[in-house]
Amino acid sequence: MAANPIETAVRTGRLTRALIYAALLVFAVYYLLPLFVMMVNSFKELDEIRGGNMLALPELVTLAPWIKAWNQAQIGVQPTGLAPYFLNSIKMVVPAVVISTLLGALNGYVLTKWRFRGDTLVFALMLFACFIPFQIVLIPMARVLGFLGIAGTTWGLVLVHVVYGLGFTTLFFRNYYAAFPTELVKAAQIDGASFLRIFYRILLPSSGPIIVVTVIWQFTNIWNDFLFGASFSDFDSQPMTVALNNLVSSSTGVKEYNVHFAGAILAAIPTLLVYIVAGRYFVRGLMAGAVKG
Amino acid sequence: MEYGRYLRGWAQQALPRLVLAPSFATIVLFVYGFIVFTAYLSFTNSRILPKFNLIGFENYEKLFGLRHWSTAIENLVIFGGLYIAICTAIGLTLAILLDQKIRAEGVLRPLYLYPMALSFIVTGTAWKWFLDPGIGLEQTLQSWGWASFEFDWIKNRQMAIYTIVIAAVWQTSGFVMAIFLAGLRGIDNEIIKAAQIDGASNLRLYARIIIPQLRPAFLSAFVVLAHMAIKSYDLVVALTGGGPGRATEMPATFMYSYTFTRNQMGIGAGSAVIMLMMIAAVIVPYLYAELREPRHGR
Repeated sequence: MAANPIETAVRTGRLTRALIYAALLVFAVYYLLPLFVMMVNSFKELDEIRGGNMLALPELVTLAPWIKAWNQAQIGVQPTGLAPYFLNSIKMVVPAVVISTLLGALNGYVLTKWRFRGDTLVFALMLFACFIPFQIVLIPMARVLGFLGIAGTTWGLVLVHVVYGLGFTTLFFRNYYAAFPTELVKAAQIDGASFLRIFYRILLPSSGPIIVVTVIWQFTNIWNDFLFGASFSDFDSQPMTVALNNLVSSSTGVKEYNVHFAGAILAAIPTLLVYIVAGRYFVRGLMAGAVKG
Repeated sequence: MEYGRYLRGWAQQALPRLVLAPSFATIVLFVYGFIVFTAYLSFTNSRILPKFNLIGFENYEKLFGLRHWSTAIENLVIFGGLYIAICTAIGLTLAILLDQKIRAEGVLRPLYLYPMALSFIVTGTAWKWFLDPGIGLEQTLQSWGWASFEFDWIKNRQMAIYTIVIAAVWQTSGFVMAIFLAGLRGIDNEIIKAAQIDGASNLRLYARIIIPQLRPAFLSAFVVLAHMAIKSYDLVVALTGGGPGRATEMPATFMYSYTFTRNQMGIGAGSAVIMLMMIAAVIVPYLYAELREPRHGR
């Protein structure tokens, strides 16, 4: 998507423009409202939430819900808060992103610059894997993880996320490298450069943008994953999303909405930060998944 | 010497395929092998653990006789239909409005899209509270003086599915906007100018010339939304947990509960196969067309 608005030829009057701006602002409020509500109420005492207006700023700002969500709330057996689960997510996300991105880059390189008979079929099979409903793999995956001895561990989750991320990472790099001049690769081959050397020296140095796109895409997806986390983790390897859901839906006692909101924002901070810093690349990933070309 | 060169040549020839092989083998095993395994299980009487004796179509007969499953399918139709229609309408409207040389576009567009970066579990937390009659929107409007205002859909068996539509539309409509905006930016301005010279009004211009040219964007949006609708799981779990009762059951939550909590693995596997077939019906023709067409640089 173009970063700058391209001139459109449609002409509009002044009143129409005012209405357009008004409509756009209303939508902006609509999208921001849930985040705003969570933010504002995470700093309120529970009494104030129950008694009052959900849009009002806190009368008395308190950090207690945040502290409770981070390291005191009862989620598993111990009142540990979300902190250990946050760490679990990081331990899962970092290796999964690195491995799947690296493999995707190599796959994309082979599929565009070292084409062979049947490569389109290979790619199509990998691409379809991006879209399968993961329910279809849950049962055998549980068995395979048990067989490999990594059931319920962070490494098990890393494996799962690498496997089911490969289709997308390969897609990203393949489409990017398809536009890379093949003549350069051919010339380097004639000069005697090897397969890996061409990759390191010629393609990789110009792959910056697509690496960013892929890393952000994988990071966001894996961090936000719930199904695999809920299916394949134990108490000591649960990722953040699963812990947050346990915190929010635990039905014992009063619903501490302020703590839930603080916890939800804690779970959102990493992906939200990435979006704020590099949202453009995130959108490119989204679009590449939607409209290939 | 001669042999060594031959060997090195062969290695160079085979290396690309050797590099691709582990990934491809992994996909073949973990995706296609697993699909075959699950499909096989759907023809067995597996309960807690997989069993391998075939029993024919019994699970599928049972599945389609189950009230939970028909609820799940009905909900998918209601949810999917509304979700796709509303997201498309909002997405297209926003894209057209943003395409009018809006000065603040660079600020607005990211605001519309940020929900896509969040987990459904996170946003579900906000929506759950917002929709909770005792404390959220209902309570707020009542405290503002609208005493008769009632909004208890999330607790209502008939209406709960619509609360999931509300939250899901909020989450993805900005993304659909981005798809349409990209489509709008790809339209040749010369055609628009020519129509304007012919005296076409703005409304006519959009209805007759611009929107019809967005067909690929409509198709992309449909495929993305339909496949997300079929897969919906996180949001249902976060928002209603499938309740009240099992009123917001969807195929994905059905599969999970039958396989892992009700110990009806054969039926659970059958429901997963149906889900895969629904997705394939949407995705395969699309991928086929995409891969066949000569691609243009992006």
